[in-house]
Amino acid sequence: MNAPLLSCQVSELEHSALPEFAAACAQRLDAGERLLTLFGRRDENDSGAIVVTAVFQPAGGSLTVLRASALAGEHYPALTASHPSAQIYERELWEQTGLTPDGHPWLKPVRFEGERQQRMADYPFFQVRGQEVHEVGVGPIHAGVIEPGHFRFMCLGEKVHHLEIQLGYQHRGAEALLLRRPPLTLAASVESVCGDSAVAYAWGYCSAVEALSDTAITFETEVLRGIALEMERIAMHLATLNGLATDIAFVQGTGTYGRLRTAMINASQRVCGNRFGRGWLRPGRARGITEALRQDLIKTLAATATDVAGINDLMRAALSVKARFNGTGVVSRKTAQDLGLTGLVARASNVAVDARGLLPGRLYAQRPIDSLTEATGDCWARMVLRMREIDVSIAWLLAILSEAELDLSADHFNSAVLCAPLRPQALCVSLIEGARGPVVQVLETGDRGQLLHYKLQDPSLANWFGLAMAVRDNPISDFPICNKSFDLSYCGNDL
Amino acid sequence: MHNLFKSISVRKAQGSQFIPDLAAAIPVGFRGKPLISEAPCASGCTACQTACPSQAIALAPVQIDLGRCVLCGDCESLCPSEKFSFNNDFKLASTSRAALTLSAAQPNIDPVKVCAALRKRFGRSLKLRSVSAGGCNGCEMEINAWGNVNFDLGRYGIDLVASPRHADGLVLSGPISRNMVSALQTCWDSMPEPKLVIAVGACAISGGVFADCDAIDRRFLETFKPSLYVPGCPTHPLTFIAGIMGLLGISS
Repeated sequence: MNAPLLSCQVSELEHSALPEFAAACAQRLDAGERLLTLFGRRDENDSGAIVVTAVFQPAGGSLTVLRASALAGEHYPALTASHPSAQIYERELWEQTGLTPDGHPWLKPVRFEGERQQRMADYPFFQVRGQEVHEVGVGPIHAGVIEPGHFRFMCLGEKVHHLEIQLGYQHRGAEALLLRRPPLTLAASVESVCGDSAVAYAWGYCSAVEALSDTAITFETEVLRGIALEMERIAMHLATLNGLATDIAFVQGTGTYGRLRTAMINASQRVCGNRFGRGWLRPGRARGITEALRQDLIKTLAATATDVAGINDLMRAALSVKARFNGTGVVSRKTAQDLGLTGLVARASNVAVDARGLLPGRLYAQRPIDSLTEATGDCWARMVLRMREIDVSIAWLLAILSEAELDLSADHFNSAVLCAPLRPQALCVSLIEGARGPVVQVLETGDRGQLLHYKLQDPSLANWFGLAMAVRDNPISDFPICNKSFDLSYCGNDL
Repeated sequence: MHNLFKSISVRKAQGSQFIPDLAAAIPVGFRGKPLISEAPCASGCTACQTACPSQAIALAPVQIDLGRCVLCGDCESLCPSEKFSFNNDFKLASTSRAALTLSAAQPNIDPVKVCAALRKRFGRSLKLRSVSAGGCNGCEMEINAWGNVNFDLGRYGIDLVASPRHADGLVLSGPISRNMVSALQTCWDSMPEPKLVIAVGACAISGGVFADCDAIDRRFLETFKPSLYVPGCPTHPLTFIAGIMGLLGISS
């Protein structure tokens, strides 16, 4: 197997009725398995039916798929009532298919899609009443250059009692778009779903269509993709550190992290033509790294390692930084587990989830990469974890780029790959640990090998609710640093 | 005291990062301007159109619409006749939507001409409000880079501001998601006259890869024509900088 993924024939999957399916899901959640995703689609043969898919990740085991055939409009007992980690998936399932999880405590649209477009104002926010209670609403357009989203704070004095996050402003209909073009020409579109994670998305897409078309790729291609991904991670972590420094007016951090990120994305551009790694990965291939580029990358990474160490050291030692980040925006380990938080945010709360270690695939099985956690779950932990992950990524890259026997210069371009038919009636789940966490993509083909469904899932989907929990009982003035320390994606959530 | 020495050491490593002459900068490796050769197409071949994610290519004669093109290079990889290549020219912006179409006969984008009225009003101070309306955070991160230590666009009095009340221009990124239509209009209405629109990135110019999506609504741009179209996916900071300096007649 190439990248970490699961690929099977739909006929191998048992389809249960919705109540039994929900019970089976609850059983797995009770057993401590992680719910990786849960979603539905209309049955292609029966307009009155909905096909529901859930993917579970048992501790130390491989992925498992559960399926259900439901009737349109069917109700079932909500998993969220006893397993909060299902909350966002059940909301999305309800929004996209109309299946209703009875007893869901907060059945709010995830992104106001379909008939709910432009009806965000109709939705009743939570309200608090009492003396010294007030509400603050910000967005969708914010002060800086960032994507739109609405945050409604319910405050007691300066203290945030609850934050309700409303997203969907970025909804473009990306999942539907991906069904309209030939399945092997979707790379550039997939790269645009969440443009700051273009490599993670492209890799997940490539590995899925390669599995579905039985396209073999070389180990070197896999290595090139791993290089692209770690460079993306370094650049994104530097961008977040830059933002964190800016938000607390630690000016030297702003200038230095900004400059170091520029060096990293310009290095990506020298390899693949684009500062965000677009065009680097394509089905069956990845752009190669010539000997000159290999030396160039080694030099850039070594210089980055030195300078990152300097500014990290300075930032960690500064009292002003400690004062703002220590103990701010705490997400406990239990909260992170209960809510099914994922990726870096979960790791900062001492939940050891990293797909590169848990589901290594061929690349990370042969070239393992350290997976890190922090204990305290606060803004400080999320900052320090990014610093440490940068160090690990640079070390991994320098080691792999220094392997004399690995010839990374070839591109292995073969246009025939793009004509390969996809296996009919198959399901493929791909999982790539991007800078924020696991990017999940689930592709299902129909009886002619056409794509029936393309499910996209950014790690931000699960993590936004973690931000709402993090700011509780914190002063509202600390929201910007809490938000930046999570650094979640709006378009990845909104699709 | 120890921190002071650390700070000086970090500052020393930072050096001087700003690019003195932005117009002469060379973005090494950048896949920028498409070049279309005179080579004849293979009979009946549509490989480039099949590969193109944003319907940027027309045939007979072969043309690329830079307002749609995402500079992915997939046409270059797949054309059996080697008609396409890309160079690192970043001067891709134009004041005219129609002028963004390139072909073998029309290989260049005309340099952006100075607009006397805009130069008079905004030549020494232009404050911009960015609105992402379905942008993927690619263009947004590059817009943020305009003011960083490398590009330092503030040196010409061009800054991004928080309030639309303080803005002279709207920088639009993204294909305009329907759920952002109302907020975008409110932001525009809040900006004092005179004001201009700048469309940044393939999504804003044409809808880009999302042009066919059901959940976008681009009517805002039918009413308010951009003064500057800035191609790219995402738009390279130098592409915007060259365009705006041309439009306002700023020399580096």
